[in-house]
Amino acid sequence: MEADYAIIGGGVVGLSVAWGLLKRGKRVIVIDGDDGAFRASRGNFGLVWVQSKGMNQPRYARWSQQSAAIWAEFAEELGDNTGHAVPLEQKGGYDLHFSEETLQETVEKYETLKAQLDGDYPYEVLGHNALRKEEPHIGPKVVGAILHHQDGHANPLRLLTALADDVRRMGGTVLNGKTVTDVTKPDGFHIQCSDGTVIGAAKVVLSAGLGAAELGPKLGFKAPIRPQRGQVLITEKLPKLINRPSLIARQVDEGGIQIGATNEEVGLNDRVTQPGLSGLAAEAIAAYPALARAQLVRSWGALRVLSPDGLPIYQESPQMPGAFLVTCHSGITLAAAHARLLPDWMERTDAAPDLEVFSETRFAIS
Amino acid sequence: MQQNDLIVIGAGPAGMAAATEATSHGLTVTLLDEQPRAGGQIYRDVDRVADKRGDILGKDFTYGRTLTGGLRASGTTHLTGAMVWSIEDGFRVSFTKDGRAAQITGSHILLATGALERPMPVPGWTLPGVMTAGAGQILLKQSGVLARRAVLVGSGPLLYLIAAQMVRAGTPPMALVETQTRGDMARAMRDIGGAMRGWPYLVKGVRMLATIIRARVPRYVGATDIAIEGRAQAEAVTFNVAGRAKRIACDTVLLHHGVVPNTQAARSLDVPHRWDDGQQCFVPELDTWGGTGVDGLFIAGDGAGIGGAKVAEMAGRIAAIRIAEAVGRLTVQQRDARAAPLLRSRASDNAIRPFLDKAYPAYQPALTPEDATIVCRCEEVTAGDIRRYAGLGCLGPNQTKAFGRPGMGPCQGRYCGLTVTALLAEANAQTPEQTGYYRIRPPLKPVTLGELAMMDTPEPDAAE
Amino acid sequence: MKPASPFLELEGNPKVPVTFDGDVFELPLGANLAAALLAAGVQVFRHTPVSGAPRAPFCMMGACFDCLVEIDGVVRQACMLEVTQGLCVSRPGTGEATDATE
Repeated sequence: MEADYAIIGGGVVGLSVAWGLLKRGKRVIVIDGDDGAFRASRGNFGLVWVQSKGMNQPRYARWSQQSAAIWAEFAEELGDNTGHAVPLEQKGGYDLHFSEETLQETVEKYETLKAQLDGDYPYEVLGHNALRKEEPHIGPKVVGAILHHQDGHANPLRLLTALADDVRRMGGTVLNGKTVTDVTKPDGFHIQCSDGTVIGAAKVVLSAGLGAAELGPKLGFKAPIRPQRGQVLITEKLPKLINRPSLIARQVDEGGIQIGATNEEVGLNDRVTQPGLSGLAAEAIAAYPALARAQLVRSWGALRVLSPDGLPIYQESPQMPGAFLVTCHSGITLAAAHARLLPDWMERTDAAPDLEVFSETRFAIS
Repeated sequence: MQQNDLIVIGAGPAGMAAATEATSHGLTVTLLDEQPRAGGQIYRDVDRVADKRGDILGKDFTYGRTLTGGLRASGTTHLTGAMVWSIEDGFRVSFTKDGRAAQITGSHILLATGALERPMPVPGWTLPGVMTAGAGQILLKQSGVLARRAVLVGSGPLLYLIAAQMVRAGTPPMALVETQTRGDMARAMRDIGGAMRGWPYLVKGVRMLATIIRARVPRYVGATDIAIEGRAQAEAVTFNVAGRAKRIACDTVLLHHGVVPNTQAARSLDVPHRWDDGQQCFVPELDTWGGTGVDGLFIAGDGAGIGGAKVAEMAGRIAAIRIAEAVGRLTVQQRDARAAPLLRSRASDNAIRPFLDKAYPAYQPALTPEDATIVCRCEEVTAGDIRRYAGLGCLGPNQTKAFGRPGMGPCQGRYCGLTVTALLAEANAQTPEQTGYYRIRPPLKPVTLGELAMMDTPEPDAAE
Repeated sequence: MKPASPFLELEGNPKVPVTFDGDVFELPLGANLAAALLAAGVQVFRHTPVSGAPRAPFCMMGACFDCLVEIDGVVRQACMLEVTQGLCVSRPGTGEATDATE
């Protein structure tokens, strides 16, 4: 099998890149794992989020903003192409605070970032009463919130499904149930799978989430990524209770309240724990007391794909030119950027975004 | 928190027998069961209703009092109305009782969570008035409530049992629409040797059929194209038999084509399961004693593979004896001596299964239903949807769940899991084993956020 | 008003008033709630949040979640509850979300 691009990893990141390349007329093969693989695309929180990102790296804040700004158009095109809408709401989102001090500290950081972004950081601070007008179910313990107007949320599973559908519709080949064991570059790239499949490609994109940690060095990447567990809860479907999303809770388009998420350094363990569930439930009830009566229907542990500084890595291999590492924690927020902007970077066109700050050379060799 | 030697989950025959046996060897045992009274589904509420309806329900039901009596006298801590929602390694069991969440710990766990009706997705099966045959029987057993105009649809001994009980209660079913064929019975005869070892079961089967025939309940055998009609409520069953279309107007439809192990709790603990071709379902991989690959975790009863109430009772005792040895209350010799007769009679009671599995096979069109039929009742996902997701590269149920939501509702896939696996296996030309099953995680049953939050004990923040 | 029920009750037990969706039914004290509502003629327990389709008890053993009803603002399985004096039951999602008092 031969292609212009072989994409290793068929999650939201890999499929977004594949979709963008297919739109440019490239021949693309996506190599995807099995049903039980660790898949951040199945476990993420579904925010299309700007605030709090890139507090120490304005380019990351800008990159998130760029993606958020073109997300609606991207979702609409996917919906039109597949006949299945990708629900998206970008009416702003909250950072909820339980103390005046943390609220004030965050505002100060946002002001610094706002200056670095030439003032393009549209947020406002809502006190408890102003917030209550927007969110009638907010609890008395919430002193206020930062409402950021560039924030929103999507249905990440509908995005995944639409991408899987549209990549095929556009002529992409997706191989499911594969495990890539080795990549070599005698002339073009040869990608070996555990079942004996060999795929040939002129270029390779490594977007295998946590799988990149093992495969990366074979392609000349450091790929210093680690898993971080986030436990997530979802309730039964409820009448409208929450208008705008926050990092604590959001009401998904199907009606359930999604509550997140823990940050746990527990390696490749994606189990759910009672203390994890209880802690998240307590915080959600503090924010929205009516949730005390809601039934928890599902919970899961998902593994974040984190670099040492939490920012994405976009890197072409110095040893194997034509191999690209694409990895990030925010595959949903950045899906539109990956689909629409990243192909220019791989193809080195004049429109290529400047992604220099996301090179993995920023990490010291350990 | 008190550490139990054994936590038993489920107060059916396996759980009651295990708790009674284990306490007799001096183990500290807590039994958790979600029903208000012991008995499980097979002996549901037997202490309250045996005197009222024992004649209708029969001796096999009233026998349950032996087990409930034994349990009461045993010194087991029996927590009724306790809905278990999480079991973690260690073992730590979280549950809700009387609107409050609580937790107990134990060094050993016995899962005795029984069986579920095999899902029978036929057109119209989500309509009010359509129930499992087991549900119809539970209504009769526990509540003395009987459907006035019911049609029984499917196959298997349970259909005959409930029909016979309805006859004895004076309200026979309007008809039995049976899906097994004469060919099935012919194939089953190859296993008649095993069936003869289980002759008391055959005798009971013949008696039940005689009761049904005497009451002139119409029987249709080899039915196909089964569907339930109705707008807001079941109004009729339609089917074909010997090439002729039939329609029976009714209010209640009771579906049954076998029962399958309830593996939810075992799967939440990552117990390996294998596909059982004879029973057409997944069963946990167990040793002779009911031990799983997870240290300290045992499974007994129908949850370990369908064997019925007597097998469950013996398996519960066998597991308890092994656990008593593990905690040092029995020597290996004492264990083996005590278990030997139980192991023998369990094997003898299990001997009829291959015959029954072949004589009353699952109704094939309900294993891989037509496109328009809903398979996931909670999220209303159709068989056609599942086939479409297979076409989008879904090889197993977990990616399918992400693509289309089957198994995401409150029942956690209990009534769609096997169907989704079967549909994907067929579409991808794989075996059910290769296709796999849903990853099951807590909560095993829904729990309110308020109950969860009450268990929140602030700890120093370890992670940033 | 008591609708005609497709179900027959074998015994008559002492009854207590229970409200279901605004109607008052006399149900046997201590009986299984789902069974008692069926016997009283309640045919539709809820409408699904996905399509609004009507549903009623299916498994009667706590596994299928089709008999969900709302009691004191909490959605629960009717087949796992018993009839108590003055119980007030509604179809889920028909009431307003209410804030917990604490």
